[in-house]
Amino acid sequence: MDYSFYQHYWWLLISLLGALLVFLTFVQGGQSLIFQIGKSDLERTMIVNTLGRKWEFTFTTLVTFGGAFFASFPLFYSTSFGGAYWAWMALLFCFIIQAVSYEFRSKKGNLLGKKTFDIFLFINGVGILLVGVVVATFFTGSEFVVNKANLTNTAMPVISTWSNPLHGLEALLNIRNVLLGLGVLFLARVLAELYFIQTINDANIQARSRKFLVFDTTLFLLFFLPFLIWTLVAKGYAVNPDTQVVSLVGAKYLHNLLEMPVVALVFVLGVVAVLFGILWTLLKPKFIQGIWFTGIGTVATVLALLLIAGWNNTAFYPSNTDLQSSLTISNSSSSLFTLRVMSIVSLLIPFVLWYIYKAWKAINIKQIDAAEMDGNDTKY
Amino acid sequence: METLDPSLVDWSRAQFALTAIYHWLFVPLTLGLGVIISVMETYYYKTGDEEWKRITKFWMKLFGINFAIGIATGIILEFEFGTNWSNYSWFVGDIFGAPLAIEGIMAFFMESTFIAVMFFGWNKVSKKFHLAATWLTVIGATLSALWILVANAWMQFPDGMHFNPDTVRNEMADFWAVLFSPVAMYKFFHTVTSSWIVGSAFVVAISAWFLLKKREMQLAKRSIRIAAAFGLLGTLLTAFTGDGSAFQVAQKQPMKLAAMEGLYQGQNRAGLVAFGILNPSKKSYDDAEAPFLFRVKIPGLLSLMSNRSLNSFVPGVNDLIDGGYQKAPYKGDSTIALSADQKMERGKVAVLALKDYKLARTARNDSLAKVNQAKLEENFPWFGYGYITDKKELVPNVPLTFYTFHLMVMIGMFLILFFIVAMYMNKKNILHSQKWMLWLSLLTLPMAYISSECGWIVAEVGRQPWVIQDIMPVNMAVSQISAGSVMTTFILFAVLFTVLLISELSIMIKQIRKGPEGLN
Repeated sequence: MDYSFYQHYWWLLISLLGALLVFLTFVQGGQSLIFQIGKSDLERTMIVNTLGRKWEFTFTTLVTFGGAFFASFPLFYSTSFGGAYWAWMALLFCFIIQAVSYEFRSKKGNLLGKKTFDIFLFINGVGILLVGVVVATFFTGSEFVVNKANLTNTAMPVISTWSNPLHGLEALLNIRNVLLGLGVLFLARVLAELYFIQTINDANIQARSRKFLVFDTTLFLLFFLPFLIWTLVAKGYAVNPDTQVVSLVGAKYLHNLLEMPVVALVFVLGVVAVLFGILWTLLKPKFIQGIWFTGIGTVATVLALLLIAGWNNTAFYPSNTDLQSSLTISNSSSSLFTLRVMSIVSLLIPFVLWYIYKAWKAINIKQIDAAEMDGNDTKY
Repeated sequence: METLDPSLVDWSRAQFALTAIYHWLFVPLTLGLGVIISVMETYYYKTGDEEWKRITKFWMKLFGINFAIGIATGIILEFEFGTNWSNYSWFVGDIFGAPLAIEGIMAFFMESTFIAVMFFGWNKVSKKFHLAATWLTVIGATLSALWILVANAWMQFPDGMHFNPDTVRNEMADFWAVLFSPVAMYKFFHTVTSSWIVGSAFVVAISAWFLLKKREMQLAKRSIRIAAAFGLLGTLLTAFTGDGSAFQVAQKQPMKLAAMEGLYQGQNRAGLVAFGILNPSKKSYDDAEAPFLFRVKIPGLLSLMSNRSLNSFVPGVNDLIDGGYQKAPYKGDSTIALSADQKMERGKVAVLALKDYKLARTARNDSLAKVNQAKLEENFPWFGYGYITDKKELVPNVPLTFYTFHLMVMIGMFLILFFIVAMYMNKKNILHSQKWMLWLSLLTLPMAYISSECGWIVAEVGRQPWVIQDIMPVNMAVSQISAGSVMTTFILFAVLFTVLLISELSIMIKQIRKGPEGLN
């Protein structure tokens, strides 16, 4: 297996981690609904507790996504994180305040009060749109220059330099980025509503979740579909496999889908599963497993979208300042040796998924209800 | 010509130091208390005694409060390598990224999966599954420490890699050399066992408070029984691995060792400073001021620790700058040491050779490229010196390194005695009546934390100016952002983490006051 195989394999793993992360943002979606679906203190407590048993998965997936990206495509790590400083810092702040909020919110002496920690959770919830905005730049491009020869300039040896003084916040000024950001936010809310329906045994929360499901699905489609269509027909960043020269090609991402039929199939099946999970939940009041269909569908759809960003001779992190500085899976990856070592480590992933599944099932064996919140069990 | 703002380097370092110091307030307790609660739950599992369950749940509650803020302060550290040290991320990301990714896949998921079972699974899973989950949580935390310490150790002693001039970065050549480097192994065991001390001191201190208040006597005595023994084990292992770590520092980072000891003029049969007060008038290695106002030395011990030979030569700061001394034989290397000027000269040759290599490649002049590649390889061990403009930059902050090192060792010695006495008194069932010892136990807790933080200050300040020893100094590693931006995030982190710390302490104190009956 050659270098290119490992580069493609690692882009697949990064895409899979990214896709799992988007699915797991149901935690953030749920946090953004704390005040809308949770009208009383007890209702909010039930919501926080059902999310609180899963928030660490989302958090860990984000951290692992970062670590895996660092290990497999370090030039992305150095270029994007060091350049789009404020975008990443804003996202990280949202996660820092989340990490304490579950544990601290209902503890006596927490200094800031329960309401503040719930607001922290809400901020983290809405902040998830930044993930969508950043991911959208994989398709719309950013403003940076990579020049490895800079290293020998001892007075200013920085290889990757950002060209926009807003350092990442400029991504919020691009409509297509914002469309995906809002799309991700409302998808997260849709997933959260399906998750509440599955895990909380409370008539009010069930009813409100169903009501918001219609509303949030509409908004999700309203933002995501324009992004999708726009991206498929817009110019994309193609790489000549022989010369590695990057150029703009019309409808590049649509071509990628058509030229990779398996990816296209994953995409279509994903979309169908997402819609099925939502519609079936709305049509069948007794059906509570929609989260699995929409969740798996989300993973498949996002996976396909990220694959068309990096596979099939495409620059996954394009530069609009200097097209030839754009990052591709071949010019930004780790060495063959490191990718091989990491690939052996990646064989652990099925085992990790297996024990996560086991633990998930063990904890979610019974729905959360008001009685459990009153009982002596550990709760947030 | 564009140049880097020096205050950018300072603010970037300050931010990393701030976030790392905050994070390290919480990690050792997770590692230490994690083992203690696992042992307690094992007692419960074996005996079925409900009192053990109550004890376990009490400490587990405190573990959870600490764990949450540990996560909050930890996420930023991983991403800071990218946000603030972007050049570093490319230059060594091929080696450094792997442990971070493995940490995520192997350790973080284990921790985050099983901690949920540990907290919420009491009435949902079997006793056996629950016990396994508790152990797996702390094993996950310890594995996470392993990988991040492997990464840190590699920065102190870069091994198992080669420089690729085409990609302009270091690439991994031997994974096992990275993982099992002696520096990594000593660092891992030293850090983890010293964290056991913090966990033990925490349990002993809070139990002592219960004894002072004459509350929860059984909980306190049982807790001390486990924690004092575990603490003693931790201190002994920490002392042993500390000696091993010091030997590694002497061999691989002699400047750090010189700073730790305030040693300016090298000596044969060098003594270890048992206690000393530095002369504050000494501002630079080359001024005429004496380094110490007062010191007590143990003759020959520094030579013995550094080279495993009582009469060997230990170089001081001046020797390391001036060179010319014969190195103590290590791995057959007993050459004459180079001076800082010579190293800087070689570093500049290496950087220039890389530049010429790139130009030759662009011009498709293969023979010239080869000549420059050979020159680069020959001088690469001093590559980072090419970015040093003044040799004074090569001397770390001596007072900070010296005092933190000695404070760490002194507290460590005290802790060995402390745990022996606590264990003895608890066994004889007289501890609860010895008020002085109970108060001392309370005082011991901040000391254990201070000692733990001091260890990191020694390790990180002592290796300045290097991010990667000899290969990459800090000014070569930073991201190109404005110093004002980093200053702003520094202030944001300082305020946010301080508020969260106060909140955590306040919650912790409330929970302890309530005791095991008032959980939640």
